[in-house]
Amino acid sequence: MADLTANFIGIKSPNPFWLASAPPTDKAYNVIRAFEAGWGGVVWKTLGEDGPPVVNVAGPRYSALYGKDRSVIGLNNIELITDRPLETNLQEIAQVKRDWPDRAVVVSLMVPCEESAWQSILPRVEATGADGIELNFGCPHGMSERGMGAAVGQVPKYVEMVTAWCKYYSRLPVIVKLTPNITDIRHAARAAKRGGADAVSMINTINSIMSVDLDQLVVTPTVEGKGTHGGYCGPAVKPIAMHMVADVARDSECQGLPISAIGGISNWRDATEFMAIGASNVQVCTAAMTYGFKIIDDMVDGLSRFLKRKKMSSLEGIIGAAIPSVTDWQYLNLNYAVKAQINQDLCIKCGRCYIVCEDTSHQAIIATQKNNERHYVVNNKECVGCNLCVSVCPVENCMSLYELHDELDERTGKIVTGEYQNWTQHPNNPMA
Amino acid sequence: MKQVITRNLSEATGNVTNEESSSAGCHSQFTEMHPPLDTHSALVESDRCYFCFDAPCIQACPTGINVPNFIRMISNHNPLGAAEAILQENIMGGTCARVCPVETLCEQACVRNTDGDKPIQIGLLQRYAVDTAMQAGETFFTRAPDSGYSVGVVGGGPSGLSCAHRLATLGHQVVVYEAREKTGGLNEYGLAAYKMVNNFAQREVDYITAIGNIDIRHGMKLGDNIDLAEIRAAHDAVFLAVGLGACNAIGLTGENSSGVENAVDYIRQLRQAEDLFKLPVGSQVVVIGGGMTAVDIAAQIRLLGAHEVTIVYRRGAEHMKASVMEQEFAQTHDVRIMHWAQPMQLLVEQQQVVGVEFKSTNMVHQSQEKFVLQADMVFKAIGQSLEFIDRDHGIEFKNDSGRLWVDAERRTSHSGIWAGGDCIRDSEDLTVSAVQDGKLAAQSIHRFLNGIRD
Repeated sequence: MADLTANFIGIKSPNPFWLASAPPTDKAYNVIRAFEAGWGGVVWKTLGEDGPPVVNVAGPRYSALYGKDRSVIGLNNIELITDRPLETNLQEIAQVKRDWPDRAVVVSLMVPCEESAWQSILPRVEATGADGIELNFGCPHGMSERGMGAAVGQVPKYVEMVTAWCKYYSRLPVIVKLTPNITDIRHAARAAKRGGADAVSMINTINSIMSVDLDQLVVTPTVEGKGTHGGYCGPAVKPIAMHMVADVARDSECQGLPISAIGGISNWRDATEFMAIGASNVQVCTAAMTYGFKIIDDMVDGLSRFLKRKKMSSLEGIIGAAIPSVTDWQYLNLNYAVKAQINQDLCIKCGRCYIVCEDTSHQAIIATQKNNERHYVVNNKECVGCNLCVSVCPVENCMSLYELHDELDERTGKIVTGEYQNWTQHPNNPMA
Repeated sequence: MKQVITRNLSEATGNVTNEESSSAGCHSQFTEMHPPLDTHSALVESDRCYFCFDAPCIQACPTGINVPNFIRMISNHNPLGAAEAILQENIMGGTCARVCPVETLCEQACVRNTDGDKPIQIGLLQRYAVDTAMQAGETFFTRAPDSGYSVGVVGGGPSGLSCAHRLATLGHQVVVYEAREKTGGLNEYGLAAYKMVNNFAQREVDYITAIGNIDIRHGMKLGDNIDLAEIRAAHDAVFLAVGLGACNAIGLTGENSSGVENAVDYIRQLRQAEDLFKLPVGSQVVVIGGGMTAVDIAAQIRLLGAHEVTIVYRRGAEHMKASVMEQEFAQTHDVRIMHWAQPMQLLVEQQQVVGVEFKSTNMVHQSQEKFVLQADMVFKAIGQSLEFIDRDHGIEFKNDSGRLWVDAERRTSHSGIWAGGDCIRDSEDLTVSAVQDGKLAAQSIHRFLNGIRD
């Protein structure tokens, strides 16, 4: 086994897999089960200020986006922060941390945007012995309408202000959880850094309406004939989260700001991808809510074998390893050229490559007959190497792209030199 | 015949269910060969379809059903749209979904037939769609305004009904002359019971004839109580869909002995039996033939309780008209299949068959080896021939097969008379081909009636 020990802003855990602040971490019972299963840490479900507990709907809170085999592709929820008394949570947190000293226990917080509210709750959290706090600036439903959650996260100066309060009133490391429901997430991340945040975690859930029940013509989840937008998560949001993590990871103003990645992480591969684009650890929720805590076994084993295969002795080797590959469009080499090719031995003659290219792209695949069978060939005179055919081909490795090197591109009539030339240098760019 | 073994009820019901009760005289039925898909399974299976460009399954369907299109509709929770797309091309989509040898037609053409994969279950998906529509009482079709023309259809089997339905939608009045008591032809009298459970043939007949303007006259047998000239005179056009009547004989002495039966006759009795337990069932059964009828009778007689069932075919497995899937179905029902042997002699004692002597036909060994299979029941399943068409009427027959000659539009050599189904077919004598014949003939008749012959 490779060494999976993680040290995230001084918070140690036996592996980099934490459960995100969400229903799976609402109480000691669940958290203990997670630790027994092998999770490295948890971010306890968000605590609010003392007083009458938050009230959740008693109707449905979740709604799913399904694949045809009813696999859960996405999930949304309208659940609020914990609806249990503050003191109950604090006592359980203290006990769990005492019983599981090697695991990370971070407490998510959301109180009104007033200094006194934070001043009052922070010492009580610190007294539990928890390893750190995560500021919930992301929940897009319910609490945001009360001026908390995403309502704070969407205003960088509030992010900075509250982060600074937390650093002032507590010695605990502060993770600022960012909302994706914003035009450019880097502004919120920079604000967190200015406020003194030790790290950011991202992304919180995305504003969403899951579906319309076409029999009743109401949105889901439906609470007595009405629905509302909820927070969207699960495998379908992963590409969105990846982009945002990469954006912050390579932002010059955010250099040195660790990232805890969240967003559709379901297995070791997802987790490793996030770490490769700059996350130091990852948080998981929907996959656990789909399959239970036992998914941790595959995550630990898979990541461990991956590191071994890559001859990396610790997580340090993978964290950020793919960041150099991320750039802006304008810096892509416009003299790089590829063409599609079909492995005729693997081709099953479904014709999908042909019809999508013919109907929706560049008419670069020819449908013909060979030995009385349907036969598809690439027309290099038209192929722009767009990768659509490769993307839709149902057979793995049947279609692929190959690079042109010092040879004629039949489409342009020019020799492909491969010499680096990006848009900023291109003669067609009036700004160049 | 020697009576027959005492059947152990539990053995016989191992694959025979009594739908209402197990008391004598109840309506007994076989369980289904392929259970239907439920909605979830249909969604999952439909999602496997690649929606191929110019899909080969469409070409492989004798009725040209747009398979990827209807599967996509199922996939998107639109089974009624799927059913209409199917029935537009094949009004007997329900039966064909149950009995088509899909493994040699659409499913064989499926691009997912690769080493590590299996084809889309097109037959079961088609059944899911059509059954959903039939259960919902959705008939989809309406009649065009009355054309004033009348067409006589001789035979109420798949081809005749397909033609009648299409003609009715086009506004023509149709009279179906049916020899038997019930409509449906081989769907009702000929297909294996385990393919057509729950009285499906009659339910489909009702579903098809609900279009209206189809007047079915039972007990009208061509050459018996009505002749072709009469029918031709009574209508503006005629469609012959008489099927095949006569069973081919083996040509051995003793074929009239007790225990020697035509497979199609027995299946007809089986399909109409009020009580399956009253059917005579041999203990040692030999089936002679290699087509689907041979498999159907062998599997059914085994399910009814015969102890040993052997199909004997004069050529190899690859030559059998029964598909590999059908052969495997028989074999998994404990039916033995012997190849390369032909019957030489029926062994008869006191008018009862007791065995069959065979000679090896294996050309490689040239052994001429002879052997005897003991049998108290022998089924002939070596095909049928066209029973009776008034040869004086001037209709051309094909010299080699004795079937009726037709052109691509299913026109016979006689003006105003079309033909389709088994009576024109030397091969591909499938329900689905018969339906296509009826459809094409109806379209041709319609053009003829409108004076737009091409």
